[in-house]
Amino acid sequence: MPQRARSAILSCLLLAVVLLAWHVGTLPKGGAAQAVDPEYARLMGLDKPKSDGLPTPAQMGATIATQLSDPFYDAGSNDKGIGIQIAYSLSRVALGFVLAALVALPLGFAIGLSPLIHGALDPFIQVLKPISPLAWMPLALYTIKDSTTSSIFVIFVCSVWPMLINTAHGVANVRRDWLNVAKTLEAGTLRTAFQVILPAAAPVILTGMRISMGIAWLVIVAAEMLVGNLGIGYFVWNEWNNLSLSNVIFAILVIGVVGMILDFLFGIAQRAVAYVE
Amino acid sequence: MSLFDNPFNAESSLGCACGRHASAAEHEAAGRDAEALSGQALQTAVVKALFPRDAERRRFLRAVGSNTAMAAIASLFPLGALQAMAQEKGKVEKKDLKVGFIPITCATPLIMSAPLGFYEKQGLNVTLVKTAGWALIRDKVMNKEYDASHLLAPMPLAISLGVGSGALPMNVATIQNSNGQAITLALKHKDNRDPRKWKGMKFAVPFEFSMHNFLLRYYVAEHGIDPDRDIQIRVVPPPEMVANLRAGNIDGYLGPDPFNQRAVYDQVGFIHLLTKELWDGHPCCSLGVRAQWVKDNPNTFAALYRAVLNAAAMAADPGNRSTIANAIAPANYLNQPVPVLEQVLTGKFADGLGNVKNVPDRIGFDPVPWNALGVWILSQMKRWGYLKGEVRYKDIVEQVYLVTDAKKRMKEEGILAPADMPKKIVVMGKPFDAAKADAYVAGFAIKRA
Repeated sequence: MPQRARSAILSCLLLAVVLLAWHVGTLPKGGAAQAVDPEYARLMGLDKPKSDGLPTPAQMGATIATQLSDPFYDAGSNDKGIGIQIAYSLSRVALGFVLAALVALPLGFAIGLSPLIHGALDPFIQVLKPISPLAWMPLALYTIKDSTTSSIFVIFVCSVWPMLINTAHGVANVRRDWLNVAKTLEAGTLRTAFQVILPAAAPVILTGMRISMGIAWLVIVAAEMLVGNLGIGYFVWNEWNNLSLSNVIFAILVIGVVGMILDFLFGIAQRAVAYVE
Repeated sequence: MSLFDNPFNAESSLGCACGRHASAAEHEAAGRDAEALSGQALQTAVVKALFPRDAERRRFLRAVGSNTAMAAIASLFPLGALQAMAQEKGKVEKKDLKVGFIPITCATPLIMSAPLGFYEKQGLNVTLVKTAGWALIRDKVMNKEYDASHLLAPMPLAISLGVGSGALPMNVATIQNSNGQAITLALKHKDNRDPRKWKGMKFAVPFEFSMHNFLLRYYVAEHGIDPDRDIQIRVVPPPEMVANLRAGNIDGYLGPDPFNQRAVYDQVGFIHLLTKELWDGHPCCSLGVRAQWVKDNPNTFAALYRAVLNAAAMAADPGNRSTIANAIAPANYLNQPVPVLEQVLTGKFADGLGNVKNVPDRIGFDPVPWNALGVWILSQMKRWGYLKGEVRYKDIVEQVYLVTDAKKRMKEEGILAPADMPKKIVVMGKPFDAAKADAYVAGFAIKRA
């Protein structure tokens, strides 16, 4: 049996084991029916079966089915379908990410080409890079004075660094020989940049972008939980308020799947620019 | 009804805009306009403008009583709004409004106005925006993202003073609710009901500048516990309180409903006491607006006020509480099970210890922003060191809580000054005199002032 098929079977087995453990773990406990006042039981919601904590896999399946059967419903300004929520999140991520790319790529080029600029900017990059996205939020809200722009800013400020560093690294490490060949052929600076350096550094740059996109997707969920008002992070927060764990788990799955798709798309782009020396 | 009839009489009917004619048609025929209005006629115009339909006005007056109604109306209009009303051309300056709220029952009048159509009736298109926490609400109000917002009663005072944020003059249009909060403890503390033994416990409140914080501090301090040294009080947004209680991060909280009842419903906590037992009639949340916004949009403000006032009147009637619970339960608003909201609003609830309690005034909806309430809040801010130095209680409150300014204006217009507060402020048996706030603060054994 080929390796791939065996891996697939193993994956399915793992999933089955997890589901089974989940099912067993959430089986309704045969709780001793205490003699309580029926009025009290009604007020406590004990007269009807009530989900207690974690949902069973079957309840989970039902939640997923309901959510996916109508992903674009609009029941008011604070209650929209999962498809709409995802669209909000993706648009924020896209905006923040594109802005970050617009800054990071040219700046990374400059840093990669000039050791002087590299030396000058490096201390700032090193300090700003490790700052947690959410630490920026209060400052952003106070200065930008708009919550949507603030969350886009937070995406920007967190996804800019991997792109910047990778671009600089890729540009700085283009093989000398190629640059020398370009020089011998009397290619201009711009021509060298776009036709020699860019293709040569592209795989490294795209790796940076792929990492950035992963970070942006991580950040948006947290940012939306903080500033709310639509988006997948808000959805998680809203369902957390209601302690509706099945919806929270559903959202977690969706976040995972969307993240995977984004990563997959960048994987394709990466393969497209890869080359063999 | 005639010009000099009392518009606050629940039984009389208001015929036309100026009040001199039996019907609007007669008024048209007479071709009079509102310029002759003065004194009580102005008052009539205000009431008429607020409640164009007689049945509505009567219902409102019966529900809240004419004194409360007069005070409520007096508390809402700065002169600009009053004049705009008198001209009867109440064209709304801004139709589409963004109003922020935290998903708690305190905001009931504000929230229910949307599904029950109170905003629509006033020609407003209000988008209610659910917000994650009070700090964010504050920032969004200050950033002008929200036209008006659900705020904790102390927040407009704190924001106006620039305590805990930049300073921005705010106005309180109405108090949203009275009572309606509780101290909830984790189930493991069910035999630990004596606050004297609470040393080392961790509590949550929704925000620094909240009645919750001040009442919890007051409560434990009365039992000899120093809230800053003997226990830990941390800020947790209301929606996250139950989850934190379940996780054991906190031992209890003084929080807003429905999260007290929700902790009971989810069998993680029990209701130790209702805040009503500490101070019956205490305010909790308010409808706040930027002072500049009121000046820029007097008619819109009046329309918004009318909507919420109508809603408060409806909410004040116990017979409507079940309907309201159903209206505000969906995911778009509170996102809570209806039985939980019903228990909060009707006051017939399970306490988490096996008892069914019946407290019809568990939550009330008295909309008047009485100044004494604001002074009490400032006295506690002073007591716990949020305010330093001399505090000019009255001056500050008068600028923020619109009741006094309007009172003065109404007097100038020859309108009856509103009656006094329906209930005296008595907190845990200790009466409070707003005129002697400093002596009140000095009288506490545990304080930071």
